[in-house]
Amino acid sequence: MIDATLIGLVSIVTAGLTIAIGSLGPAFGEARAASQALASIAQQPDEANVITRTLFVSLAMIESTAIYCFVVAMILVFANPFWDAALASAGAGG
Amino acid sequence: MEISPDAWVVLHIGPVPINATIFFTWVVMALLVLSALLVRLRLSSSGELTRWQNLWEAVIETMRGQIREVSGQDPGPYLPFVGTLFVFIATANILAVVPGYAPPTGSLSTTTALALCVLIAVPLFGLAQRGLGGYLRSYIQPTPLMAPFNIIGEMSRTLALAIRLYGNVMSGTVIAGILISIAPFFFPVLMQMLGLLTGVIQAYIFAILAMVYIASATRNRAGAGAAKGDRND
Repeated sequence: MIDATLIGLVSIVTAGLTIAIGSLGPAFGEARAASQALASIAQQPDEANVITRTLFVSLAMIESTAIYCFVVAMILVFANPFWDAALASAGAGG
Repeated sequence: MEISPDAWVVLHIGPVPINATIFFTWVVMALLVLSALLVRLRLSSSGELTRWQNLWEAVIETMRGQIREVSGQDPGPYLPFVGTLFVFIATANILAVVPGYAPPTGSLSTTTALALCVLIAVPLFGLAQRGLGGYLRSYIQPTPLMAPFNIIGEMSRTLALAIRLYGNVMSGTVIAGILISIAPFFFPVLMQMLGLLTGVIQAYIFAILAMVYIASATRNRAGAGAAKGDRND
């Protein structure tokens, strides 16, 4: 039987680490994509429509990795199944 | 703090509890159907257009243009499916500024249902365009060794579609909730405006990605052009 405080501590630290590390990679990726797209628009302003649309779609694809980390962090903080189980067993035990 | 409107029961119909997700999905559907009926009652092909007809004609014309550009094909067969996805998600997200409304797209159930529709629609459009043999051949496209990866790719992109939309809409709601508790006046308004922008962009991206997947399944000719990411038309 693990102490509920320990579960809460580990969950919060892990949630912070998840969102911190998980947003690093997509941030670099989006920056690269955006700068490349701006450079291409500067070179070929006529193609701005196509480039912008492709940029939006690829930004969404890149961003989704950060969103996965965000969802995991939110679950750890607000809907943690282990925390609920620990509370329930503590309530049942005493 | 709720991270999904699924647990919020709005009303009971007989013994069946109706939660906020289903209830607000019905609200969005009713709004869209009513506005379509309103336009249809006073449809005109002369120069005098009603406001609503003008709005919907502009929206549909834009969607047709986007579909044509993305797929390089006639938008006719794809417009009903892709256009419905866009209009539904955009309306569901924009209504989030109405007090007391919880966007149904902020629930993983709704977005999973939408992503499953895309998962089913892609093979259907592929079969209709290329026939059984042509469609199945796209799975062993570079080499037969790639077949498992193509199937895994199809599954994982469905998951990605669902979680992307859910994560974006849910994060808007949660961040607004957190900000209201620490900085009540102006920041939540700014985040709501940002949420409007994100909502429309996510609706656009969902529809465009659905269209890209359908286009990659229906693109016949060009031999190996069935592979994803191949941009030869």
